[in-house]
Amino acid sequence: MAEHGFGRQVGRRRHLLGIAGLDPGQIRAALDLAETYISLNRQGGPRDVMRGRTLMNLFFEASTRTRTSFELAGKRLGADVINMTTAGSSVAKGETLIDTAMTLNAMHVDVLVVRHDQSGAAALLAQKLDAAVINAGDGTHEHPTQALLDALTIRRHRGTLENLTVAICGDVLHSRVARSNIHLLTTMGSRVRLCAPPTLLPAGAAQLGVEVHTDMRAALKGADVVMMLRLQRERMRSSFVPSAREYFRFYGLDAAKLALAKPDALVMHPGPMNRGIEIDSAVADDLQHSVIQEQVEMGVAVRMAVLDLLTRDLRRNV
Amino acid sequence: MSTLFVNARLLDPASGLDAPGTLLVEGGRIAALNPAQPPAHAERIDCAGACLCPGLVDMRVGLREPGEEHKESLATLAACAAAGGVTTLAALPDTDPPLDEPALVEFVARRAAALGSVTVLPYGAATKGCAGRELAEYGLLREAGAAGFTDGRRAIAEARTMRLALAYADAFGAFVIQHPEEPSLAAGGAVTEGFQATLLGLPGIPAAAEALMVARDIRLAALTGGHVHFAHVSTAEALDLIRAAKARGLRVTCDTAPPYFDLNETTIGEWRTYARLSPPLRSEEDRLAVLAALADGTIDAVASDHQPQDTDAKRLPFAQAEPGGVGLETLLAVTLNAVHAGHLRLLDALGLLTHRPAGLLGVPAGRLAEGAAADLCLFDPDRAWQIRADDLAGNSRNTPFDGRPVQGKVLGTWKAGRRVFG
Repeated sequence: MAEHGFGRQVGRRRHLLGIAGLDPGQIRAALDLAETYISLNRQGGPRDVMRGRTLMNLFFEASTRTRTSFELAGKRLGADVINMTTAGSSVAKGETLIDTAMTLNAMHVDVLVVRHDQSGAAALLAQKLDAAVINAGDGTHEHPTQALLDALTIRRHRGTLENLTVAICGDVLHSRVARSNIHLLTTMGSRVRLCAPPTLLPAGAAQLGVEVHTDMRAALKGADVVMMLRLQRERMRSSFVPSAREYFRFYGLDAAKLALAKPDALVMHPGPMNRGIEIDSAVADDLQHSVIQEQVEMGVAVRMAVLDLLTRDLRRNV
Repeated sequence: MSTLFVNARLLDPASGLDAPGTLLVEGGRIAALNPAQPPAHAERIDCAGACLCPGLVDMRVGLREPGEEHKESLATLAACAAAGGVTTLAALPDTDPPLDEPALVEFVARRAAALGSVTVLPYGAATKGCAGRELAEYGLLREAGAAGFTDGRRAIAEARTMRLALAYADAFGAFVIQHPEEPSLAAGGAVTEGFQATLLGLPGIPAAAEALMVARDIRLAALTGGHVHFAHVSTAEALDLIRAAKARGLRVTCDTAPPYFDLNETTIGEWRTYARLSPPLRSEEDRLAVLAALADGTIDAVASDHQPQDTDAKRLPFAQAEPGGVGLETLLAVTLNAVHAGHLRLLDALGLLTHRPAGLLGVPAGRLAEGAAADLCLFDPDRAWQIRADDLAGNSRNTPFDGRPVQGKVLGTWKAGRRVFG
């Protein structure tokens, strides 16, 4: 860790642009640090890790939980947090992403958390900015902090991230959450099964080192973890799937399908859920299996850990 | 006015000539190869053993005048061509407004002729407005000088429209050039579908989108008897279809562009928008298939598919950036890379850049023949250099080859006996 730091060096700073490229040691270190923040959070003790630092949330796509989670994480570390949404801003007036970046650069932001509907947008900003960039979701590329919080949740229940069987089910084609989780879980030595209708599986999926299924029962058989992905309704309009009821029948998680997984299997969902489309309410709310609320709590701790790791160089320089 | 090129390695792919010699130019035309008694008053140019070949003929160049002169005017286009050894080029009609009016075709040809360094042969729009619905006025456009008909960077999508275009164009002795990509499969796509697209989270276009359109249009060429030409062919599957169609004697021809035999999809790296092209860069297997099809004659020409884009159009997230790369200046050097790598013989490579595209365009360019216009390219086939975007001549420098080491450099270009570069 001390040798190469966390994340990826682009320009003068290290950034978290994706899980791809992180090694098991980096992932483990981030999760270990997040563990310490869980207990600190529960004690409510303020920290001064980011005192005097500025964190900007720049969200080009609507988000409640991720933006709030980063905001809370920054504030708990003592940072000044600024939220910038694009509606009514210069972005809405046609400013390009790079112009926005140059403007922010002039404001000397220390950490920029960015969500954008285009794959590669976070990497583009990292090239142009002096700030550390955290990718909070770029198009259908990656959403690394989601994968880290998922991993932390799993590890707290299973004690390990090795040799688990994790089924990731739903709209894999359009899911940045799926890509980040695939990278993380395969890097840590777990088996990943993808399950989706063939129209929602990305090309070359098997080359990601995963099993690919179109039959959900086969995908869930003996699984330790079942991760459900959100299905956007517009996918039905563009005929990726014919209808919500057909989707739920074959690819929605209900108690009957869940019974094929291990008896103590974890049920996860990155939110927001479409109840009755990809997941049955009874399963989502069954605390015997569902850790969906816990994922949200882990989100704050993981984001504190990531912010801490990416600003260590600033503290060293002081 | 006479000019004598001495100590040249004369290369004329049409006749197979590859020998040391001298070449005499008088009054803008080639007066003699190896004249027995050259005139004493002739200006002498010592080629110092470098290669002297016909000026290159580039059959696919994106035009930005009229409409987008800030990306490239005809004047800067001519400068790029001269720097690349290109003395004749065919220009796509998908300008703003599109070249679907005889007066616009004449305008472009006349404006370029006034510059004097390159012959510009405009293609006419295959459909009005290049919109893919109604046929343009092929007869009138042909009279105005249209070299063929195409909708440029847009595929002629409907089978019925393509059928009519092929049949109608043939009556005026013209071919129809297709951007072979099934539009409904390509819609929204930015890269070739596959593992790399999945990793980058970019919307993919299946490579089969090319073969599908090629298969359809080969069938329509058979139905109509018309001549279909496929531009920038980039996949093994499409090339197999074209090879088979040629073997059946159908009037099917094609070209490719240097990115498709020199680069593959890994050039995109992490969202390098300068490597965003249309069609998108392909797999390594497809790249090798393009080289094989160049070597076995399936591919009739190498064209630059020069597509200038300014930085505003490229400095964007990948899928929002405009596709296309400039290519006039790097056309010869990158093609020579395939020669140095042993895939092509030098004369065959030059044939793909000279008399073969000239034959498709129906113009007497691309030959070192007595009486022909003295359009010449002098190049050192071995000189190594590195392509650097910042060193390019044009207004737009969006090359996908930035940083690429190449071997072979244009030393001088002559148009009708007048030196226009070097």
